[in-house]
Amino acid sequence: MSKTPEKQPGDPNTTGHSWDGIEEFDNPMPRWWLWTFYATIVWAVIYTIMYPAWPLVQSATAGVLGWSSREIVQQEMVAFEEANAPWNAKLVETPLDDISKDPELQQYAVNAGGAVFRTWCAQCHGSGAQGAPGFPNLLDDAWLWGGTLDDIVTTVSYGIRSEESDDTRYSEMPAFGEILEHDEITQVVQYVMSLTNAQTDDAAAQAGKVVFEDNCASCHGEDGTGDVFQGAPNLTDAIWLYGGDEEALTETVTNSRFGVMPPWDTRLTEAQIRAVSAYVHQLGGGQ
Amino acid sequence: MAILDKHKILETNATLLLIFSFLVVTIGGIVQITPLFYLENTIEKVEGMRPYTPLEMAGREIYIREGCYTCHSQMIRPMRDEVERYGHYSLAAESMYDHPFQWGSKRTGPDLARVGGRYSDQWQMDHLRDPQSVVPESVMPKYGFLERRKIDGRYIGDIMAANAVVGTPYTEEMLENAVADFRAQADPDSDYDGLLERYGDKVNVRNFDGQPELTEADALIAYLQMLGTLVDFSTFTPDASR
Repeated sequence: MSKTPEKQPGDPNTTGHSWDGIEEFDNPMPRWWLWTFYATIVWAVIYTIMYPAWPLVQSATAGVLGWSSREIVQQEMVAFEEANAPWNAKLVETPLDDISKDPELQQYAVNAGGAVFRTWCAQCHGSGAQGAPGFPNLLDDAWLWGGTLDDIVTTVSYGIRSEESDDTRYSEMPAFGEILEHDEITQVVQYVMSLTNAQTDDAAAQAGKVVFEDNCASCHGEDGTGDVFQGAPNLTDAIWLYGGDEEALTETVTNSRFGVMPPWDTRLTEAQIRAVSAYVHQLGGGQ
Repeated sequence: MAILDKHKILETNATLLLIFSFLVVTIGGIVQITPLFYLENTIEKVEGMRPYTPLEMAGREIYIREGCYTCHSQMIRPMRDEVERYGHYSLAAESMYDHPFQWGSKRTGPDLARVGGRYSDQWQMDHLRDPQSVVPESVMPKYGFLERRKIDGRYIGDIMAANAVVGTPYTEEMLENAVADFRAQADPDSDYDGLLERYGDKVNVRNFDGQPELTEADALIAYLQMLGTLVDFSTFTPDASR
């Protein structure tokens, strides 16, 4: 058993509690701690006076400062809108083809459009606009629905095959699995592959040419170069949205494809749509 | 002070200490929570909110089951950067039929409060199957198994009834037609007039996952495609006192 130490002269007082002979010094709180504690109490009182705090019967106290998170975000949005307003107005007023003739306006459009693109478009078309299987690459010269600035503005505004917009671009390739015989599909796939000089079965490709002319040429053209007025892709440029190998083409012919793009005129302003179109147009493939 | 000396009674009596601690916590809770039930600006009146359709409700259950909320929030805060990126800041009314709400607290992925209509169904399907195929920078795991798990909505009425108990205004008619509405929404060739009548004309009726069977992917995409699209913001005036 250890011995209870004797109280030394100069030791602080004890709390007076004693548990089985164990006593506790009554050391005061450090001053810095105590004053910080008092300061937080004072701060809390001031805070509840200045800012929204106490719930009353139907609403809460608004605070002397009248702080409102919604008002602040509103003010910030308006401030940026006003700062950009002259540029946005100019962007909307300028005929599309003249935007690039004004270097300053073009620079504004491309920078603003780049921000719009990275926020709203990059998820499908890629952060570098390189596309993904099923979602077009916007860097190349191949345009399903046309690559002029005007075409791009229309596509961005109303989307493609969207249920949300009455002005959307629309076309639908039939699922030829229900129309053609199995052999005919095999043949036409071989023919389409032969258009881009892929390794093909020549006899089947020859037979496929007839199938193509009877079934596909009305949209994709006699020579397979497509038609931007109905979004029918060029089949001779070796650029494939869904893949150009035998398996992918057979799937496309059999079940068709139905790529959808949402309309953006409900989410973006006219200036934003023009800006992002100018951005996409100057990426390399714009016509 | 004499009253402070009385504190010793509490400190030396465990049961009393427990009772009084509980009282203090209760008062704190009442002060913080009760006003939310009567303050007028807690849930603003907005136009367009409706309960989830049966298929969307099933999608929500899958969203919760897969723990989507651990990486995706559904709460756009009133700050300019968020509003610019995601759209109008979230309103309490928009999650008033969420039991439990899916506000989340972590954004490994983007906020999903207004993801509805932002991408095509095909993108949602491709992205669930293999997120990196469309967003190479993504760290999201693959959820391709959802399109192989068939569902028939057998128990969706029970889930809706449970939500009705805690205040979601499902009508008797909605509960009775739960299974029929569940199937109709994913089949554009079906007779879905009843579904639109009960839940509104804006309900998306599509084959969401692009394959004939009704699967969990249909339900999840139906849910994602309506997120944040209900409230009509043209008729909304923000209450300035918040």
